[in-house]
Amino acid sequence: MQLAFTALSNGFVQGFSTGRIYQGDTKRLCLPGLNCYSCPGALGACPIGSLQNALADGRFRFPFYVVGFLLFFGAVLGRFVCGFLCPFGLVQELLHKIPFPKKIRVLPGERIFRKLKYVILALFVILLPLLVLDITGRGQPWFCKYICPSGTLFGGLPLVATNPPLRAVLGFLFRWKVAILLAVVLLSLLVYRPFCRYLCPLGAIYGLFNKKALLRYELDQDKCISCGKCEKACPMAIKVTANVNSMECIRCGACRAACPRGCIHLKGTSKCKGEERRVETERCDS
Amino acid sequence: MKFLRENWIALLLLLVAVVFLAVGICRGEAEAVWQKAVRICMECIGLG
Repeated sequence: MQLAFTALSNGFVQGFSTGRIYQGDTKRLCLPGLNCYSCPGALGACPIGSLQNALADGRFRFPFYVVGFLLFFGAVLGRFVCGFLCPFGLVQELLHKIPFPKKIRVLPGERIFRKLKYVILALFVILLPLLVLDITGRGQPWFCKYICPSGTLFGGLPLVATNPPLRAVLGFLFRWKVAILLAVVLLSLLVYRPFCRYLCPLGAIYGLFNKKALLRYELDQDKCISCGKCEKACPMAIKVTANVNSMECIRCGACRAACPRGCIHLKGTSKCKGEERRVETERCDS
Repeated sequence: MKFLRENWIALLLLLVAVVFLAVGICRGEAEAVWQKAVRICMECIGLG
């Protein structure tokens, strides 16, 4: 699903060979995931890039349009977007599948690192674009400019490779952004989705909706035997039984698949599958 | 009815989202998003 959605939302194939970006009407629409609009294949706009630009623009006091998209995706899907509809999430997931001698489940200082994305959201996405203005009264997209590795990977590298005039103006900023990208790539080999966990401001926004989104989990406390299999299976290292709708949950479904009693299910869906599994488990136990 | 009771916050947020989108379109914000998205963003790719 992740691959299909990435291909679908970045379907302007000729952009990759010509070094140009798509300029059609669909670029009025924000995509759900962190999908740089300067990616040659992108058919839509990046919500975080659009949010910063709306704030930096100065013409609009409040960016209703972009916030409308964020509310819409958040209220329906929450961080399911991170798990299934984000191209950069897909890249990290694929990198983590590469065998490595020692994978790290939780970094030292994990709790503090996880809060970094909220700092980045507040500072680089909202405050700096809004408050630091040039002489024309315009701000800058600070997150895109100084942090976003997705823009470097999907926008910068393909465009620089296929567009010779752009190569002539490469400087410190490009090297800085490539260094951030390399750090995320290397860390992804060791840690599951480090950018989603620690840095992504879009994940920080969608995480706020996880508890109330239409697509959310429900834990059947009566059936749960506290075996801990869900928590062992969770690649995001969440305490599933304590908070099944944690702001960190990307709805990958690993906990649901691991639960021997089918205690975790989507809110409002039938519990039949879990019941069947419980019967099977009891049969195995006996 | 049960669906409404269990999901009223998400549905309210959806309603607000639709209103925000409509207000944004009326104010020309969709056009501003398009204008930015159809030009190569130098900051995004590390050149700006």
